Amino acid sequence: MKGILGWGTHLPYRRLDRATIAAVAGTGGGKGTRSVASFDEDATTMGVEAARGALATSGISPSTVWFSTVAIPYLDKTNATALHAALRLGTDVGAYDALGSVKSAVGALRAGLSGTGAALVVSSDLRGGLPGSGDESNGGDAAAALVVGTEADGTLLAELIGQGVATEEFLDRWRTPGDNRSKLWEERPGETRYASLAALAWKAALGEARLEAQNIDHLVVTGTHDRANTSVARSLGAPSAAVVDSLAASVGNTGAASPAFLLASALEQASAGQVIALVVLADGVEVFVFRTTAAIADYAPRRTVAAQVATGGAVTYGKYLGWRGHLSIEPPRRPEPVRPSATASSRSRDWKFGFVGSVDDSGEVHMPPAQIDTERRAMAEALGTIVTYTIDKLSYSLNPPVVFAVVDFDGGGRLPIELTDVDAAEVQIGGRVEMTFRKLFTADGVHNYFWKARPIRGEHIGPDNTQHGEAG
Amino acid sequence: MASHGIKNRVAIIGMGCTRFTEHWDKGLDDLLITASDDAYASAGVAKPDVDAYWFGTAQSAMSGIALARPLKLEGKPVTRVENYCATGSEALRQAAYAVASGAYDTAMAIGAEKVKDSGMQGLNAFPVPNDGTSRTLTAAAMFSMVAPAYAQKYGVDRAELKHVLARIASKNHKNGAKNPRAQFRKEMSVEQLLAMPTVAGDLSVFDCAGVADGAAAAIVVRAEDAHKYTDKPLYIKALSMVAGNGNGLMDPSYDYTTFPEIVACAQDAYAQAGITDPRTELAMAEVHDCFTPTELVLMEDLGFCERGTAWKEIEAGAFDLDGDLPVNPDGGLKSFGHPTGASGLRMMFEAFLQLRGEVPEERRISTYGRRNLALTHNLGGYPGEMVSFISILGTQPD
Repeated sequence: MKGILGWGTHLPYRRLDRATIAAVAGTGGGKGTRSVASFDEDATTMGVEAARGALATSGISPSTVWFSTVAIPYLDKTNATALHAALRLGTDVGAYDALGSVKSAVGALRAGLSGTGAALVVSSDLRGGLPGSGDESNGGDAAAALVVGTEADGTLLAELIGQGVATEEFLDRWRTPGDNRSKLWEERPGETRYASLAALAWKAALGEARLEAQNIDHLVVTGTHDRANTSVARSLGAPSAAVVDSLAASVGNTGAASPAFLLASALEQASAGQVIALVVLADGVEVFVFRTTAAIADYAPRRTVAAQVATGGAVTYGKYLGWRGHLSIEPPRRPEPVRPSATASSRSRDWKFGFVGSVDDSGEVHMPPAQIDTERRAMAEALGTIVTYTIDKLSYSLNPPVVFAVVDFDGGGRLPIELTDVDAAEVQIGGRVEMTFRKLFTADGVHNYFWKARPIRGEHIGPDNTQHGEAG
Repeated sequence: MASHGIKNRVAIIGMGCTRFTEHWDKGLDDLLITASDDAYASAGVAKPDVDAYWFGTAQSAMSGIALARPLKLEGKPVTRVENYCATGSEALRQAAYAVASGAYDTAMAIGAEKVKDSGMQGLNAFPVPNDGTSRTLTAAAMFSMVAPAYAQKYGVDRAELKHVLARIASKNHKNGAKNPRAQFRKEMSVEQLLAMPTVAGDLSVFDCAGVADGAAAAIVVRAEDAHKYTDKPLYIKALSMVAGNGNGLMDPSYDYTTFPEIVACAQDAYAQAGITDPRTELAMAEVHDCFTPTELVLMEDLGFCERGTAWKEIEAGAFDLDGDLPVNPDGGLKSFGHPTGASGLRMMFEAFLQLRGEVPEERRISTYGRRNLALTHNLGGYPGEMVSFISILGTQPD
């Protein structure tokens, strides 16, 4: 039996109120909010955050990592290796990208479900378009990680009981490499093709699962064509109450992340023995049918989708435009950061990507680790308290002012470090923080990944002491 | 093992110092030539009489050639020295030890920085290739964390402490206003300073050192030779230096209200000089007021007053030019300006002028004629991770 062994999701903290768009762009916008990745997040950092949750909660060490996104941080160089390093997986764990389209995320999931050993399938996306566009308003940013495999690899939470595939070439949306937006054909032809293809894949999947449409308890229909998503969901014959909220009103369509993100949402709402169908419309239609097991009742994600939806903070449209490169903001008159050294970064991989410090003979934790210490200590899951802080309006930042704090970690260790997902006015001594993997800056095309601290918001289950891969 | 020092074995016989300012029309070579010419003239020696050079610059040049070339030195040993903002002091320390060892009869320490050619605000460190994980915070922000920590520890209202910090800046502006070599020559009232917008924590730009170009130089000889050159040599009583190991950044017991490197450095310096009560024995002090909270904490770390009392002493005027122990009579980094590599020697230049009675009446320290020891304190780095230097200089040979 194959299926899902664990999951984790990451929803960025910031929300853009769609009603604020038209006042600036003159068009576009709408009701509700969309999620917005922070200026220091990209598909890789969000993927790491989702994967940390999936591995910590499931306790599984995967043998393969798959990473998918349309918002690609690197070409030619593999992105999945940064996730591999941040998750401190062993060198014998494979790490692969499946990039460029929403369909690639579904392909990676199929590959994960067909391989041997547990696979960590991570999908992450930042969606947008030109100011005022539908893609800008309706899109959202998020990441989701699924751990898949057999009961030999871990506890099955949902068994894969049916699949269906219908592939066909047609032009519905497209983007030329280097462009910062997609272009769309008129909606109707695509909707027609998706309707036909969905019927085919749906029939195949239900046949394999030996189920009728009315047996479906939770139905996720998602993909790149919002109008087809809605009409297909209505046409499949599943009970209308089974249709899982697409989170369009609060998050938006999260592209490559959407299938796994909404599947995670469905899993979090499902009870034991229920049937979940995932239908993905992306240059063809892919259907996966799962049946949850009794074990799902005991699976407590570090943060549920619903909890993350409930804890957002606002970002202004102006800031959003600046973060996405649609508005050029005057930089501070300070030197721009220089690219990190490839060799220095490679040598300090455990620190830079894995946030591993060291402990000396007196028990003091060193961050960064001291060469002469023999003991290493993983600090990424440690929670901390703000001892003192400052607001720096002079330092170079893509999102000034820099909020910087001295953090004492539970169980030992102190580090002066930048805070993120925070408004300067809300920082206080004694505030509680957790670590988050971020991109400090990009210089010469090199993304400088490292960790920051952020306020703990909402429910946080942890710290989880399950460590994946040995430190040092 | 011990730190013995070289008390009374080496003397400064001449010094030079350019004005510290935005020298748009002068380069590093011009500044070096001016400071060294002034020092030769002050000591009454000719260029060939100086046997060896220690040249301090944090990031304006590399190697001794950068000094030998503009001065057209012939066959002389020239060593470039760097130790963050304590660079100028470090040059003097090396030159003094060289003379004390007997290796050379006469040596020059010269420090210079050409900061204002970068087109950027503030001081910006030379980027060494690294893994991209080091802090990018400004020095102002790092030192700004001292203020709330001090306020909390000693129960001082934060607004009250802001007033104290403004009082420090106001005093240094007042001293600098009288000094023709200072960068800022305008008095600033506490009220004016309190009205400035913040840039880092509670600090405004007026809580920060002036960013300036400049150079300063000193010529040293063995103490027994000093009177061949001058009737008023300044004897080196102590030279102390401590490089922190960065532990404060990761030690949860460190509370940002003191700089342990400086406490250790002061202890060593006072032992070398035989000082037991700096508050009453010192005639003056030049301290590293890179930011106003730094000067606040230094008053306690250097033993000028009890822990938790500096803020009251400052408000009472204890460290004013006419106070009990004048601190930064030349205006300090705040008002005189801070060309990194030159600042340590600039501090000694003020001690040289004050103790020899070579400043006009209006700039004279209150202790003149009653006490004859001066302290200079120069640091580099940040709270939790700094280098500290202290010298004690005096007019008496024993």
